[in-house]
Amino acid sequence: MNRIEIKNVKKFDTDEKVSIYIENGVFVDSLSSEAEKVIDGEGLTVFPGLVDMHCHLREPGFEYREDIKTGTASAAKGGFSSVCCMPNTNPVCDNAAVVEGILRKAELVGSCNVFPIGAASKGLAGKEISEMGLMKEAGIVAVSDDGKPIATANLLKKVLEYASDFDIPVLNHCEEMSISEGAMNEGAISTSLGLRGIPAIAEEIMISRDIQTAEYLDMPIHICHVSTAKGIDIIRQAKKRGVKVTCETCPHYFSLTEEACINYDTNFKMNPPLRTEKDRLAVIEGLKDGTIDCIVTDHAPHHIDEKDIEFSLANNGIIGFETAFAVGYTYLVKPGYLTLAELTEKMTVNPSKILKLGRGTLDTGMPADLMLADLGASFVYTKEEILSKATNSPYIGNTLDGRVKLTITGGKITYDELC
Amino acid sequence: MGLKNKDLLGLKQLTAEEIMEILDTAKMMKMVLTSGNKKTSHLQGKSVVTLFYENSTRTRLSFELASKYMGSASANISTSGSSVNKGESLLDTARTIDMMATDIIIMRHSQSGAPHYLAPRVKASIVNAGDGMNEHPTQALLDMFTLYEKYGHIDGLKVAICGDLYHSRVVRSNVIGLTKLGATVSVAGPRTMVPVGLDQMGCTVCRSVSEAVKDADAVMGLRVQLERQQKSLFPSVAEYSRFYSISEDVLKLAKPGAYLLHPGPCNHGVELPTCVYDCDQSVINEQVTNGVAVRMAVLYLLMARRNQNEQN
Repeated sequence: MNRIEIKNVKKFDTDEKVSIYIENGVFVDSLSSEAEKVIDGEGLTVFPGLVDMHCHLREPGFEYREDIKTGTASAAKGGFSSVCCMPNTNPVCDNAAVVEGILRKAELVGSCNVFPIGAASKGLAGKEISEMGLMKEAGIVAVSDDGKPIATANLLKKVLEYASDFDIPVLNHCEEMSISEGAMNEGAISTSLGLRGIPAIAEEIMISRDIQTAEYLDMPIHICHVSTAKGIDIIRQAKKRGVKVTCETCPHYFSLTEEACINYDTNFKMNPPLRTEKDRLAVIEGLKDGTIDCIVTDHAPHHIDEKDIEFSLANNGIIGFETAFAVGYTYLVKPGYLTLAELTEKMTVNPSKILKLGRGTLDTGMPADLMLADLGASFVYTKEEILSKATNSPYIGNTLDGRVKLTITGGKITYDELC
Repeated sequence: MGLKNKDLLGLKQLTAEEIMEILDTAKMMKMVLTSGNKKTSHLQGKSVVTLFYENSTRTRLSFELASKYMGSASANISTSGSSVNKGESLLDTARTIDMMATDIIIMRHSQSGAPHYLAPRVKASIVNAGDGMNEHPTQALLDMFTLYEKYGHIDGLKVAICGDLYHSRVVRSNVIGLTKLGATVSVAGPRTMVPVGLDQMGCTVCRSVSEAVKDADAVMGLRVQLERQQKSLFPSVAEYSRFYSISEDVLKLAKPGAYLLHPGPCNHGVELPTCVYDCDQSVINEQVTNGVAVRMAVLYLLMARRNQNEQN
């Protein structure tokens, strides 16, 4: 299908109804001949295909949780055209061969663009810097030791310096491990539940370290999944004085709080943990004032045997592709915190800019990545509809607004519930 | 009246009325227990299994004797010598027990929330005999029963609880239960062992053991859980006993005749010296007897609820 026309569709950033034309995988102003497929966009809104700069596809090594085929199918269902997968696979994505393997597999079975993120340190061990130059040649878009922080200030300094030679963005999971050994946010609720806590300062201390290091070197750094009020403020102040820091948060940090843990339901267990209502509101404030650049899913599929167990023993993480847009729309746009355009920016152009992906716009000549959503649709998210191999979502049974109806990536329809 | 829930997961889940009903039932059970013939038929034809993933002397034995005194078939599973050692999951183990027509599973587990996790997944009633650092409801019930017997009421009592507050499920259940019944609770321990936000559970966190004990009607020592220490939270046993133990002098700060409680087992010379353990104010040994009575009451009330549900 080389020529697609989408007519009568509302654009996400204007109220006007437009027609979108796709030919040979890119957006065009008009088609060279009659469209092979015409999609009636009446009642729908068109967005650039979403970009997720932080997810886990689990392949290679953990295919019992997810693989590239199911993960990208789930991403496409959520409106994503591009996802960036973290390197904590087995073997670890710390060399060009693994990067190439992931890319080849995505090419064969993927339902969206896959941009691998390489390990910052060899084996994610936090000791030696990885072969990031060779990995960049193979196709990585960033480096990270996600799941763990870049272990020491000394290593972080070397990673930032070395990555700068190749213009590779560095993403860091901020957690001071020596005071972080719990299963949920530390506070009155963890105390009452008898669970060990992860204090907010575990995140904030590491954010401070990262910012001071980046500032000292005058080099960019990206802070992964921020969840605390103070952490956001530290980033806000740093941005004000010109530090090249960017950051992201996840839908769960602006839609849920630690109180969700009171029944020991492991679908509310992730790292960073759900924080307090004050933190949740600070995340929203940070999104509003631009301190937080991106919304990412941190899609982290786990097998039921790793989740349907005692709370402290359960793995951290939740799946997120299929709910990210709706949660953003429901919790940010509907209450009036963000405009639709602002939400879209944080899920498309901003991550694309940070990682230099060249995606996330509807501009003529660009790869035809788009998503159609029915903003008037309220739906109950069910376990049965999940396309991921895993079902560890805290949103099952929740009513959400704004449903993704169709996704196109590179001119190919990758998800379609219109027909 | 009776209990509302299928399970006894913690005092968080009980109302003041339910707690009082357990204490009043325990009074009757204690009469049975201290009479010549302890045997009743309340649990005849029923089965009770204890599933302990952690060591226990008092709790396990008192549950076992309680169920046997009441005529149930009872059995024990301990982690050593069972398929738990072969790596069987908690859920599979519990389902296996459940499928043998078990009425009540009494469980102790190192993970907070483990009984809460199992409760909706099995037909049997789950009784929490201690879960991680969360709750130990029957211990708090027997502590409250002991005070109830001595004072005739819980309302208005001032109770001091001292020691390792961080790891203690006993303190959490006691704070919840005692405050639900109108007592005030003061707690103290090394600052490194005071969990964040403990005061929000309804107790007063004091700066010193002396401050907590002052004018108390009852003083409870907590065991320093040496097996749960993951890192140094106090520098030495000598320093702990010097600054945080309930010494004779500290106990004098309580109201005259105040009772001394301890859930046991006690590290003599650490949380309290032997002379305090054995002093006239100590009701530590009575607590053990009361533990059986309270557990009989809990089993009786849970079984009554099950019988009623079956009839319906």
